[in-house]
Amino acid sequence: MIRALEKAFGMREGGRRLPAPVPPERGPFRRDFWKSPLRGAWLSSVLSAALLPLIVVCAVTGLLSHVAYDTELAGNSVTGSDGLLSPIYAELDWPAGWPWLYALNQGLHVVAGVAAIPILLAKLWSVIPKLWERPAVRTAAHAVERLSLALLVGSGLFVFFTGVLNIQIYYPWQFSFVPSHLYGSFIFLAALVFHIVVKLPTMARAFRERGVVRPLKESAAQTTVEPVESSESVSTAPRAATISRRGLLGAVGAASVGLGAMMVGQSVGGPLRGLAFLAPRGVDTGVGPNDFPVNKTAASVGVTPEQTAAAWRLNVVGRFELSLTRDDLLRLPQSSHRLPIACVEGWSTTQDWSGVPIVELAGMAGVGELESVFVESLQEGGAFGQTTLNAAQAADPRSLLALTVNGADLSLDHGFPARLIVPALPGVHNTKWVERLTFQSA
Amino acid sequence: MASLRRLGDEYGAGPLHLLSALASFAVAGWAFMHVFQLGAPFNFLLWFVAAIVAHDLILLPLYSLVERGAHRLAPARARPAGAPKAGAAPSALNHLRVPAALSGLLLLLFFPLVLGVAEEDYAAASGLSTDVYLGRWLLLSGVFFLASGVVYAIRRGRAARA
Repeated sequence: MIRALEKAFGMREGGRRLPAPVPPERGPFRRDFWKSPLRGAWLSSVLSAALLPLIVVCAVTGLLSHVAYDTELAGNSVTGSDGLLSPIYAELDWPAGWPWLYALNQGLHVVAGVAAIPILLAKLWSVIPKLWERPAVRTAAHAVERLSLALLVGSGLFVFFTGVLNIQIYYPWQFSFVPSHLYGSFIFLAALVFHIVVKLPTMARAFRERGVVRPLKESAAQTTVEPVESSESVSTAPRAATISRRGLLGAVGAASVGLGAMMVGQSVGGPLRGLAFLAPRGVDTGVGPNDFPVNKTAASVGVTPEQTAAAWRLNVVGRFELSLTRDDLLRLPQSSHRLPIACVEGWSTTQDWSGVPIVELAGMAGVGELESVFVESLQEGGAFGQTTLNAAQAADPRSLLALTVNGADLSLDHGFPARLIVPALPGVHNTKWVERLTFQSA
Repeated sequence: MASLRRLGDEYGAGPLHLLSALASFAVAGWAFMHVFQLGAPFNFLLWFVAAIVAHDLILLPLYSLVERGAHRLAPARARPAGAPKAGAAPSALNHLRVPAALSGLLLLLFFPLVLGVAEEDYAAASGLSTDVYLGRWLLLSGVFFLASGVVYAIRRGRAARA
């Protein structure tokens, strides 16, 4: 099986030598420049084996998050249609049945993504001698592999790094984060699949020859280099090991678990938020009814207390049009639900919300069977001043136009006078400072 | 078949290698195309290339150099080849490099919060300040070095007694 894979996808001896200039045999281009006895196919393979499941989790949850945004509905997308996969996403309606679903999805995405970074950096360290290979290009097949590796490393660093900066709300670039992170991931996954196909035999051989765990039993003093011919990353002039492979992997694993725990802390929240020591939403926000994390402040999108005072009206558009004051809304039958609100950035917070069910308001506007609800905010600017709920979200009895949280009026930053709270809806679609609801009947 | 074999001889790998590479490049090209349509394509490319340069040509050489310096400061005990002597003194080097690496990694990942460069957007979004993060990072780093030092002292003490 491995041999067949290698025969089909591996590089061969021979092939026409490309007329490429050969770098001088100096500095890092000399193979004996690289001294660590730890580098080799086994170490790289172990790191890859640890990395792959985390990447799969990130890829699946990333795509599911895209589905959760229901990007085909008005106002929900910042990426536009890609013409190929968008029709498939459009067929998939994000359900409202499990309120924790989006919190779980994004928690997994960010925990796995951040936990993968130390392993990714260690993996890149383990193969760095290959960057300085001489000759830089041997055959056309070799050139193709190196080009693919450039895509793999560039997109990998790009995707993980932009993700980490996004959760800190830091944007030192000019491109839009969401589509760049999304399409960067496709480049990464495309290059990764080719890399796996080409390198799987190397991994299989390393594990067969050295065992999966056997090298972990060696202390630093017992550590020896892997056979020089097994990989270009093996040192030809190793110095004595100063740390064992198990020591290195232990440190990498500790970093990975520690970072993951910080992200779990801000994703689960509650008593675990203390774990989120350096995580962006690890700051204690207090104990009052409105003291839980805010995604965007009123001031940042130009919402003023005057706009939300007595003059505020909720416009409801269906078969009839209604204009309701906040007191009108408070006089309607209220419903209370404990629901999480989960940000794409991987943090969430669960609170007790009270308000008027969306289906109730639809009924008042004369709309029975709902196809969708278009929700508009007072806010100016920001990517999501409006959103459209799909039929399942609109019909769920827990979907609220919330007026209070934890028994108190919403604070201005949490969307006073009224905000949307819908089970399993991406946080930013839970529109704050709502001024208009437009109901579409089925 | 013969022409396929000849292609392999020229190319340096089997036809499936070429086909799967082309499929991979096609998907990457499709993704690039969409990035280009969304604006700021050159900035995207710049960051893409900068990521490789920043890691492969700056970050990795930099921490390797720091490592080399640390080797001189805290040489790992030279041991004869073969099994370690029972009770050999532990290496101070690892007790320095592990906390240093953890602390450096945290700074690398969370520098926007730790150094406060994300303050403006972070405050606008969350209503909070990045102020606390420098102190937290220093505290965590201190804990790493302290814990590592304590473990080192215990191991040394144990080695001396053995």
